[in-house]
Amino acid sequence: MRTHVELRPGAYADSVALLQVSRSVQQVEGVLAAQVAMATALNLEVLAGMGFDVPAEATTNDLVVALRVADDAAVERALAAVAEALAATSRRPTGGGEVAPHRTTATALRDAPGGLVLVSVAGQHALVEAMDALDAGSDVMVFSDNVPLEHEIALKRTAAERGLLVLGPDCGTAVVDGVGLGFANVVRPGPVGLVAASGTGCQQLLALLDHAGVGVSSALGVGGRDLSTEVGGRSTTEALRRLDLDPSVELVVLVSKPPAPEVAATVQEYADRLGTPVELALLGAGRPDLTAAAEAVLRRLGHAVPTWPVTGSTGPATRGRRLHGLFVGGTLCQEARLIAEERLGTDHPFTDFGDDAYTAGRAHPMIDPTLRLEHLARVAADPDTAVLLLDVVLGHGAEPDPAALLAPAITGLDVPVVVSLVGTAADPQDLARQADALAGAGAEVHLSNAGAARRAVALVEQRLEALS
Amino acid sequence: MTSTVVTSTSTVVSVGTDLLADALAGQAVEVQRVDWRPPMPGTESDLATVAADPLRHDANRRALDAMLGVTARLVDVAPAAEVLGLQRGEFLHAGPPITWDRASGPLRGGLMAGAALEGLVDDPEDAVALFESGSSVSLEPCHHRATVGPMAGVVTPGMWMFVLEDPASGRRTHCSLNEGLGKVLRYGAYSPEVLTRLRWMGDVLGPLLQAAVRASEPVDVTGILTQMLQMGDEAHNRNRAGTLMLLRDLAPAMVLSSHEAGAATADVAEAIRFVGANDHFFLNLAMPACKLALDAARGIEGSTMVVAMARNGTDFGIQVAGTGDEWFTGPAQVADGLYLGDYGPDDANPDIGDSAITETAGIGGFAMATAPAIVRLVGGSVPDALATTRRMHEITLGENPRWSVPVLDFQGTPTGIDVTRVCRTGILPQINTGMAGKVAGTGQVGAGLVTPPAEIFPKALARLAELARGRG
Repeated sequence: MRTHVELRPGAYADSVALLQVSRSVQQVEGVLAAQVAMATALNLEVLAGMGFDVPAEATTNDLVVALRVADDAAVERALAAVAEALAATSRRPTGGGEVAPHRTTATALRDAPGGLVLVSVAGQHALVEAMDALDAGSDVMVFSDNVPLEHEIALKRTAAERGLLVLGPDCGTAVVDGVGLGFANVVRPGPVGLVAASGTGCQQLLALLDHAGVGVSSALGVGGRDLSTEVGGRSTTEALRRLDLDPSVELVVLVSKPPAPEVAATVQEYADRLGTPVELALLGAGRPDLTAAAEAVLRRLGHAVPTWPVTGSTGPATRGRRLHGLFVGGTLCQEARLIAEERLGTDHPFTDFGDDAYTAGRAHPMIDPTLRLEHLARVAADPDTAVLLLDVVLGHGAEPDPAALLAPAITGLDVPVVVSLVGTAADPQDLARQADALAGAGAEVHLSNAGAARRAVALVEQRLEALS
Repeated sequence: MTSTVVTSTSTVVSVGTDLLADALAGQAVEVQRVDWRPPMPGTESDLATVAADPLRHDANRRALDAMLGVTARLVDVAPAAEVLGLQRGEFLHAGPPITWDRASGPLRGGLMAGAALEGLVDDPEDAVALFESGSSVSLEPCHHRATVGPMAGVVTPGMWMFVLEDPASGRRTHCSLNEGLGKVLRYGAYSPEVLTRLRWMGDVLGPLLQAAVRASEPVDVTGILTQMLQMGDEAHNRNRAGTLMLLRDLAPAMVLSSHEAGAATADVAEAIRFVGANDHFFLNLAMPACKLALDAARGIEGSTMVVAMARNGTDFGIQVAGTGDEWFTGPAQVADGLYLGDYGPDDANPDIGDSAITETAGIGGFAMATAPAIVRLVGGSVPDALATTRRMHEITLGENPRWSVPVLDFQGTPTGIDVTRVCRTGILPQINTGMAGKVAGTGQVGAGLVTPPAEIFPKALARLAELARGRG
């Protein structure tokens, strides 16, 4: 064992750098102790404590290299390591331009002040992110499923106090400034402004109006529960106010599932005070369906009502007694069920795979078709099934090619398949190609969901008549 | 694009499913994607409750404004007995409340040195029995007496204190004088040289500084902090520029008023040499300046802003604006860093000291980007330092326009730690710290980086949620 102590006058380095030099030299084989430091009073004390004898002439401007090593060979290795580590302390920085992405909506908004916010985290976390938007003075769209009702109330109460707009939840559709948010169809700009407490209801109207050549200025999905007693229509009211301020809007259409009566009255009263006329399309038993609502809008705008397109055709039902509806769109499902119940009674099953019960912990069926495809195979094999009624919804956010998976699943089935295909010519999935692929697989494809439902009901009626 | 219908769609912030962000990008919309991750386990419900608290938003804005509105001036230097009313046998210490039986080595060492300094015992070792009996002595956190203490933070009636004042409100905070590095009381050393230095500070340095401060215009501590942050100090582990600026302000008056302090020329020279050679001297002004600012935000109902982070060597505690003077504590961690001499991780005591008040106020570890000379404490490079400061912006409510970082385009330092942001991101405040030896009497063994124990933030959040529910 031997020690080596040397002074290097004028060889200044920062103390932290030197601590690191010391540490790397301590790791060299054969080094028992190493201290590389400026000869300050403190360091001299430390060196003395370690048993090193530092020359008395040392000043604070001297660098001390003090080593205790196993043998002479280790001295050389250690000094080489000192040289290397000292050189490393002045190395050029590498990279460093990379900036980590923000971790919360609040901090992201610092880089995008006033920007619109789109929240699609799992429902239980949505409030926290959406509240960041409201705190920063931004409107927010909550796409998330499974948002607790009390969270929705808290968000919308806060937004109302600050004159902000909460779109959604439970209605992941909006078109603003030509931008589709969440599930949204590509539509031409035009005189209609939509407020929708129903996502696929909104999309059905967009699709029908677009087909009829009528453009939409904005479509604001306000959440399927907005017109409930608990939520009180807060987003609906704010959305109506916003559209009333937009000079390009000539007619506002409010689409909703049946609202709570006192909320409907408040909203009606509010709508009556606006400068822009408001057409109410409230769905429910005994009320006009979405297609009828679209037709009313067209007439009010002085536009001709076209024949709603049908692609392909299906033969009669040859087995079973039941109409089976498998839907991804909640409103589309509800509308079809109402039409079926009016004529066939309640004995015909309808499943809405977009319901929160099916989306807890997984993606919406408009994104992830697995669940419905599994059911489809099972229902088609059920001898009691006479007719299958399905919906396919296109637009931004939805699967890129739904027909590619659905067509093989319906090809060769021995039950008639009727599809309502909701989309516009400009949608990224290509409406015509989707219709052709589904028709090619044997389905009868309607643009009108009500039309599809009526056709399916008629097929069942024919089957039941033939049986009786 | 300016929109008549909704807030701007020129940039959309997307949090959650990438698919939807992709769909926006596909429509030529600029998308700001949030790197969202689930919050700390078990905090979901409390986070929602606190987020929905109608008081929170405004309370946090007020808390941040109150804090940023404070400026600190050095108005006096005087013994703790005078300015704090500290009585014989009363000891202040760093961090949340603690008793002798749970006190760590460096805190015990500091208290032993303090007892000897006060003449309660002749030999510091004899103080052990005194504190064990507890009959004639009492322990209290510095924070409870408008004071902050570095490391062990032991304050006794005879110690001289800096007195800082906010000119707008007249509120005051205090801190002892810095002893230098190595074998010093605050790191738990109590050898004769430690006591000799402390006595000199009490007999010579304190009175000299008092005479100088009283003879001069109050020193603008906030202003010095502003300048030093632009000169490569982060004001926790590096205070070199700040110390020299303080000396520049005080040295003439120290010379001119030395006769009033009863000091000889050689004493003045020694005092100036002592201050100038002690790179950490200004830390004991930075700390009370930070406390002065943060105390302005205390007791704002509904605010989720952290107003103190402090450690006693055993527990790490935080206090929050919306929860009064309650402490939320967990076990203090051992810093990750570099060691002096032969010392290693086994020698280090868990984190200790009130100095994390600097990080609480947005400097120290939060201003790492401005202090390239000390970035190697992160075991790293300048880019790491920039990343550290940027990361702290993710958990803070705002920026301090006074304290800006040149290398980050003069962005203000991240200010106002938000309990909810910490729980949401799991990002813990980054603290630059010194390390004390865990055996009483050792002194400093190194310096490095440390974070608070994660669990104290969910604890504070739960209390905030409870209070919010109570307001219902």
